Amino acid sequence: MSVVVRPDTASGPGRAAGTAAAPLLEVDNVSVRFGALMALNGVSLEIARGEILAIIGPNGAGKTTLLNVISGFYQPSEGRILFEGRDRTRLRPADVAALGIARTFQNVALFRGMSVLDNIMTGRLLKMKGSFLLEALYWGPAKRQELAHRAYVERIIDFLEIQAIRKTPAARLPYGQQKRVELARALAAEPTLLLLDEPMAGMNVEEKEDMCRFILDVNSEFGTTIALIEHDMGVVMDISDRVVVLDYGRKIAAGTPDMVRKDPAVLDAYLGVDHA
Amino acid sequence: MDALGSAAEQVLDRERDTFPKLVRSNAARIPSKVAIREKDYGIWQSATWRDYLEQSRSIALGLASLGFARGDRTAIVGDNRPPLYWAVTATQALGGIPVPLYQDSTERELAYIVEHAEARFAIVEDQEQVDKLLHVRAQCPRLEYIIYKDTRGMRAYREPSLLSLADLQERGRAFAQSHPEYFDAEVAKGGAEDTAIICYTSGTTGAPKGTMLSHRNLIVTARNAIARERLRADEEVLAYLPMAWVGDHIFSYAQSIIAGFTVNCPENASTVLPDLKEIGPTYFFAPPRIWENLLTTVMIRIEDATWIKRRLVHFFLGLAQDLERRRLNRQPASTWRRLLYPLGHLLVYGPLKDNLGMRRIRIAYTAGEAIGPEIFVFFRSLGINVKQLYGMTESSALIAIHADGDVRLDTVGTPMPGVEIRISDAGEVLYRSPGVFQGYYKSPDATRATIENGWVHSGDAGFLDAAGHLKIVDRARDVSRLADGTIFPPKYVENKLKFSPYVKEAVCVGQDRPYVTALVNIDLAAVGNWAERRNIAYTSYTDLSQKPDVYELIQGEVARVNTSLLEDAALRGAQIRKFLILHKELDPDDEEITRTRKVRRGYVAQKYAALIEALYADESHIEVEAKVTYEDGRTGTVRANVAIRDVAAAPAGAAG
Repeated sequence: MSVVVRPDTASGPGRAAGTAAAPLLEVDNVSVRFGALMALNGVSLEIARGEILAIIGPNGAGKTTLLNVISGFYQPSEGRILFEGRDRTRLRPADVAALGIARTFQNVALFRGMSVLDNIMTGRLLKMKGSFLLEALYWGPAKRQELAHRAYVERIIDFLEIQAIRKTPAARLPYGQQKRVELARALAAEPTLLLLDEPMAGMNVEEKEDMCRFILDVNSEFGTTIALIEHDMGVVMDISDRVVVLDYGRKIAAGTPDMVRKDPAVLDAYLGVDHA
Repeated sequence: MDALGSAAEQVLDRERDTFPKLVRSNAARIPSKVAIREKDYGIWQSATWRDYLEQSRSIALGLASLGFARGDRTAIVGDNRPPLYWAVTATQALGGIPVPLYQDSTERELAYIVEHAEARFAIVEDQEQVDKLLHVRAQCPRLEYIIYKDTRGMRAYREPSLLSLADLQERGRAFAQSHPEYFDAEVAKGGAEDTAIICYTSGTTGAPKGTMLSHRNLIVTARNAIARERLRADEEVLAYLPMAWVGDHIFSYAQSIIAGFTVNCPENASTVLPDLKEIGPTYFFAPPRIWENLLTTVMIRIEDATWIKRRLVHFFLGLAQDLERRRLNRQPASTWRRLLYPLGHLLVYGPLKDNLGMRRIRIAYTAGEAIGPEIFVFFRSLGINVKQLYGMTESSALIAIHADGDVRLDTVGTPMPGVEIRISDAGEVLYRSPGVFQGYYKSPDATRATIENGWVHSGDAGFLDAAGHLKIVDRARDVSRLADGTIFPPKYVENKLKFSPYVKEAVCVGQDRPYVTALVNIDLAAVGNWAERRNIAYTSYTDLSQKPDVYELIQGEVARVNTSLLEDAALRGAQIRKFLILHKELDPDDEEITRTRKVRRGYVAQKYAALIEALYADESHIEVEAKVTYEDGRTGTVRANVAIRDVAAAPAGAAG
């Protein structure tokens, strides 16, 4: 078991620049309505280039809905979403992925019968070009391309330390490792923005610490911007640069972990009582 | 043996009397032969002897550019990786002394050794080791540079003393431009009597001691073993045991360089078994713990098979073991059994060996601890040439090995060429050999206490039998007696217990007590699987360990041990009369066992004093609370209500 140490000097290259430059993603006054239910109600937030942003809130606060809106699974009823300064409110999930936004799911969504390696290779699909025929023959450019993709996937396998399960079918893996494979698949797409929906849910302490370290390493090694939903407040405080708090579909607070922790509105939302 | 006699072997060619010189000679003699491989990014990446020299040279010159002086120590921490072996050669090339450390050492252990060795340089594998060293920096003021192999996660570190291995080698290549003769001149200054390495011994008692071995110690010992075991340049070995352990240094470094054979480094600690299968080594070493694990894995898989396969496998395994046992006891075997063996090979042994990656093994060793005879027989019966090896850090690892064709169940073999063995009046094994160490680093008192007139005290009780084989009974200081004077060799009894696939570790108590008792550690994988097949639900190790069904299971194992103890009249009184199953695994992080997994008897006795007292009181349960130390130094507590069981002594007639 290793400690998650965030070096004090860890304002990675992307991060320092990100705060000054234009945000990577802007959610502008977005609402999502399911019938009479307002899942999101006029939420605005920015994700800066290179940061780790945590989205927290009580159950049913609209966290996953927010992630789904960003990744194109839901269309906002109102408001707009800007990615790299361009309006892309009405895109389908595949287009969003092509833009460089990858995600993992709250409930693991792997191809259960496929090996870990093949699962991760599917993350490269958007990067693969070429004709069906050449692919089938495994010849010429198709072969070179396949080798290059495989090499990239191997780097991720090495990075996430899952060499031992490379050839294991996903369904045979314990939950914690499935989560790791899902992260690997998302990374295979070389995303600019990575959305993680409860990456540590259901993990034991050791698995959580490993996952924290991977998230920090992904952020510093690849410069990937990360937005994550998490319930473990210890984790949130440890790894995120900024925290956004949702409650009943509204944003009730945003700021550094320390600021948010002391925010009266946040205490109300979590404890449901008046604070002294 | 006389042809290889020690006197002739003592003369070392001046051009080949240190490891850097030998590497240089390999690079000239067999430049494109593969020296070392590592599985990286899913592919076995090879480095030839020419690469080996080039890589070592650039590391050495990089160190030189940082002001490395002759005699400086380099701490080396990490898994078995080619660059870390090159770091050993590089340090030796500059007249320095490499100090390999166990990669899973806690910060405290790391700090003690780095400070005691006065290391100025550390070459480590990755961020984890860098973090540990940075945390203990204050205790190691002499440590000037930390060089890391993996750059991952290191981007944000700003400490000026940190340097990546790639940058170091870049500096080395630049240094070579302005100092073209430097490397060869430094290598030429080295000689056979220089200290080649300091291996810190895990030490079942007290602080670790730094065993200094010279180039001569290692070269002569390794060369004698190569000749006796007929090792060739085309051997393949898997380097998966800690670099800090003298055995790895002999097999994966000294012998590889001298014989020119190939060392293979697994992808990481969790891929050893698949990597073993891919490489198919010809020369293999494993401590009893690994052989036990392999056997347990095999048995679990057999139990999961369909009954017809299971019956077939059990039949042929039983047949092979019966044959092997007869062969070892020099008894004749029935003809039909011998005729059936080839069929068994076709159906069971061959595929099984293939699956374990052991089909090509010509020589395999087990050492470090006594191995359960049943485990030994099991692997030999498959046609794997497993032999006992006896040695210790102070003897450059090798003292005795079973000669091919002269393997016995209860001995550790005959002395290696150049090794003399004598038994002291107190029954302790003493030895004298060209491999005898130079002394403990900075501990002349400890050295004097160990070496007497050239003879080294092994600390083991044993004797030489009529056939010249060495038999080891126990640690000399561990052989004890019960209150009524009955002889009680704890390790011997524990090993019998540990043969059970369900028992991972056992500690037997009995000195000055009325009877023998045992603290048992269950094997989570085997017992977990057993429980699952019986629909016994459990939540944790602690929970599983205290299930009444599990107690029944272990009680059966204890009864089996008691029956087998009846076979030897002297040990009849050492039967286990009470036992309990420990609620937590003995762990090196809790200092209950050493990094090489030897039980620290004194510490365990002290830590579990309450449990041991309960074993000698009239209690059926005891409430316990144990402190657990995580690798990062934090602590937690485990609470449990541990049950105590009585076992009846086996009746005198039950033997056999």
